[in-house]
Order: sequence, then structure tokens, then C-alpha cells
Amino acid sequence: MAALVKMPQRARAGEVIEISVMAAHPMETGFKPGPDGRLIPRNIIHTFTCNDAGVEVFRVDLSPAITADPYLAFTMVATRSGMLEFSWTDDRGEVIVEQRQLIVE
Amino acid sequence: MKPDTAAPDWLGRAYRAIQSSGLCAVTGMLALTTLTAQAVEPLRSGFDTMSEPIQAMQRDDDANPGMLSVLQGRTIWSREPAPARPSCAACHGELQTSMRGVAARYPRWDEGGQRPIDLSGRIKACQERHQQIAASGSESPQRLALTAAVAQASRGMPLSPDPDPRLAPPQARGQALFTRRIGQLDLSCAHCHDAAWGQRLGGSLIPQGHPNGYPLYRLQWQALGSLQRRLRNCLTGVRAQPWPADAPEYVEIELYLVSRAAGLVVETPAVRP
Amino acid sequence: MTESTNTTRRQVLRLAIASLAATSARSAQADPAAMNDAIRAFTGGRTPSTGPIRLDIPSLVENGNSVPVSVRVDSPMSEGDHVRRIAVFNEKNPQPQVAVFTLGPRCGRASVATRMRMADSQQIIAVAELSDGRFIQTRADVIVTLAACIEN
Repeated sequence: MAALVKMPQRARAGEVIEISVMAAHPMETGFKPGPDGRLIPRNIIHTFTCNDAGVEVFRVDLSPAITADPYLAFTMVATRSGMLEFSWTDDRGEVIVEQRQLIVE
Repeated sequence: MKPDTAAPDWLGRAYRAIQSSGLCAVTGMLALTTLTAQAVEPLRSGFDTMSEPIQAMQRDDDANPGMLSVLQGRTIWSREPAPARPSCAACHGELQTSMRGVAARYPRWDEGGQRPIDLSGRIKACQERHQQIAASGSESPQRLALTAAVAQASRGMPLSPDPDPRLAPPQARGQALFTRRIGQLDLSCAHCHDAAWGQRLGGSLIPQGHPNGYPLYRLQWQALGSLQRRLRNCLTGVRAQPWPADAPEYVEIELYLVSRAAGLVVETPAVRP
Repeated sequence: MTESTNTTRRQVLRLAIASLAATSARSAQADPAAMNDAIRAFTGGRTPSTGPIRLDIPSLVENGNSVPVSVRVDSPMSEGDHVRRIAVFNEKNPQPQVAVFTLGPRCGRASVATRMRMADSQQIIAVAELSDGRFIQTRADVIVTLAACIEN
């Protein structure tokens, strides 16, 4: 599984940066029948978090109403240089993690 | 007791409602017309008929869900498919440079199989002949991802049908398929996509039906899919029996569609409703 | 094996879906009571007022498979005055809650966006929880037309 992260590589201290993410995931609602006619079991990403140096700065609780390959956009204040960590967790407990370095001048 | 918004139920109701209302008008109008293939003018990509938010989704590589498959395809390209088996990169080098322009010239004639072949089929042939691995199915995520990654390397380039004379008979068969009435609704592709493009079927605008964005992310599928899959949707839509996977008809129609769309640029990975 | 929290969440979810299905079956049209219940659960019973919250969503979509939604709240996002959470609710999907965004002063702005699925024309409501405990909300109506050529 993969995820796309869009954010600037550098920012000034105090600048509000825009971040958007998109993870590859079918977001199965549990209401859709499969090729055999039986319902495909629900499996969605239920939680997304963005951590800056281990501190959670943004979280989303998702529902089956969010599209497949979920897209999320938010903002963050750039404080100091460091590694941002993005994490998606689904109903099966599978976790996608992406890390991006942010350089703050 | 069921949730009242279970997807199959409302889709079925909507389809039957459309069948009994608008579609009958279209069918009646066209019933007496004998259609032959004609150049469709002016050439308009399906992109032009989409709403602004979906156009924006296609344009932005960070919001285009098809790009997730392209990224996956690029990873597959550089990876050894099995121990001691060459990666695509081992023979072809860097994807973006070596594959630039390739997708715009497909389908082509396959010497090994002595038949026309589409880009996805070429990838499968490469995997079997040169990597000596069993290729996954034509609608598998891996095949779609590789095909999307290779086609994306031609994004922005105009479709340039291969002039190989051996492709002429299968292309003519594709053209005949395009104008042949099929299915319980007794419609040909041309009835909607040559004669009625720009008009509405139910709530949807009828596009000209061009192949320039494939594999593409169809919002209805919530996934990337091939031209074959889209053609199967059309066949089911007119209540005809879809041809089996990898049937020669699909490549024959694609040959005709590419010549009909010559000049439109590759948009892979396109986004469509 | 699933963690106990996931199992509990699933059990609650199944109960919620079952009760929602029961609620929906009672009336011919979709019952907004389930959505109001969900909003009340989010606000802890408090009634949201109007305020500087904006919900951006197309008023007409060709098909409901991917509808862009964004919510913005005019807030300084300071330690003393910020948006804690933004929740989006819908009227006719099987579950009333679309997403809950948890923010804080580190966000800098209260501006979130996502894409949602909509099976039917319906009302969408966005509610924001402010750091002083108040709730503000706004709503929008979306019309969903249907695709004509169905795959299956």
C-alpha cells in the first residue's frame, strides 16, 4: 500500500503550511456485493494522524462515507525542522506510515 | 430489513427508470437510422465534458487517485519480479525516458503472437517471454499499475496510430463492431458515441468515447481500470453478453478507437465519473 | 487477531447500523432523526448556534461517488481561542457521521477538506467545537444525479 503526501520541503518559522495526503485503500463499506454476490466485508481506514516530533497535531476519524483512496487536506504551523509522520490505520489493524522531512528556517 | 441506501438497489431502480423513460426516446429516435462509422467532429476528450471539480482532480497529481497506481507501477518497474529475474529497468532503463511516446503508438502488431496487441498485453508478453514469470490477470492491480505507469510516460503526447498494414484488417473488424447493433437494447456504440454525444442519457452527458485516458480512475469503480473493463460496462449497459477477458474483440475495437481519436493527447491516468 | 478496541468499535458500529436501518425502515423517506442524534452525541447535548463556519460542497454532482467537501472556521487558532474539532454529518448515508477532524493551535488555520461518497441527494451539516466549549454549525444541500450506464 502506498500514500501520497504533498507538502512544502521548507518553510519559515511560524508559517502556516498546507498539507494534503492520499492513501491507496479500497475503503470497503461493507454494503457492496462482491462478484459472488455476497457482501464484501467492511474494511476502511478509520484513523489518520499527523505527528510532529512525536506530538499529534492533526487527527481524522473516517467513516465508510469517505471515498476509496481517501484524500485529506489540512494546515499546520511550521515551528522547527524535523520529521513529520503520517499514519493511516484500517479496520484490520494494517498501518501505513509515511515520513517527510520539513526544514524550517 | 436493509439500509435504504444499499448501492445495488438504487442503481437497479435508477437503471430501470432510465430504461422506461429517457432511453426509450433515444432508442426510438435512432431506430430508423442506419449508422456507418463517421469521423466524430469536433474531436473532444471526455475531459472536456466533466465538471470542474473532477477536471481539477485529474489535473492535480497529488489529488488524482490514479497516480497512486502510477507510483506503484514505477516501483514494480524497478523491482526484480523474482530472484535472479531481470526487472523492467534492467532491460529498458529509466521508465520516464525509455517509455516516452510508447503508449501513444499502441495497439501494435505483435510478432511473437502474430496478432494485434494492446499495451497491457505487451507488458504481459514481456513478463512471460523476457522475465519468465507468470503474469497476473489483465485487471489485477499490478498489471494496471504497470500499464498506467508506462502510459503516463506518454502523457500530453498525441495518439499516433501505428500505420502497420497488418493492423488494417483487425482495425476494420473493430470498426464493424463499433457500428453493429448488439444486446437487448439493440444499440451500437455509434448510436450513442457518434450520433448522440453531447446529449444526455439519464443524468449523464454522453461522451464521444475515446481511449486516450486509459487505464483510468473511474469514480464509479472507486478504482483504476482498463479500457476492456469500460467496454464490458458498455456491453452490459446495452444488455449484451460481454466478451470474455482478453478476447480479440477488445483490441480490435481499441485499434479503431485510437484511429478515430488520432490527435487527442494521452491523459493517463485520467479521472472519469 | 483484532484488538479488543477494534472489536468493540465494530460491535458498536453494527448496533448503530442496525438501529439506523431500523430507523430508516420506519419512514418512506430517510429519517433525519439519526443525524440529529449523532450531532447531539458530538456536542454532548448542547445546541449549536450559527457562527463563522463555512461548508464548501458542490450543490449538484453528476454522481455521488466522489464529492469534494471542505470546511473552514474563521478562528485565530491560538491557545486561548481555537477550534478543537470539526465534524461532518450526512442525512441519508447508512451512517450519519462522515468524518471528525481533531485540530488544535498547531494547525494554524481551521481549514480541512476531504472527498465523500453520497448515495442520494441530501443535506450535509458541519459542526465545529470551539475551545470555549461552544458549538457552531452550518448546512448545505447537495443534489446527486445518477449515472446512466450501470456496471453490473
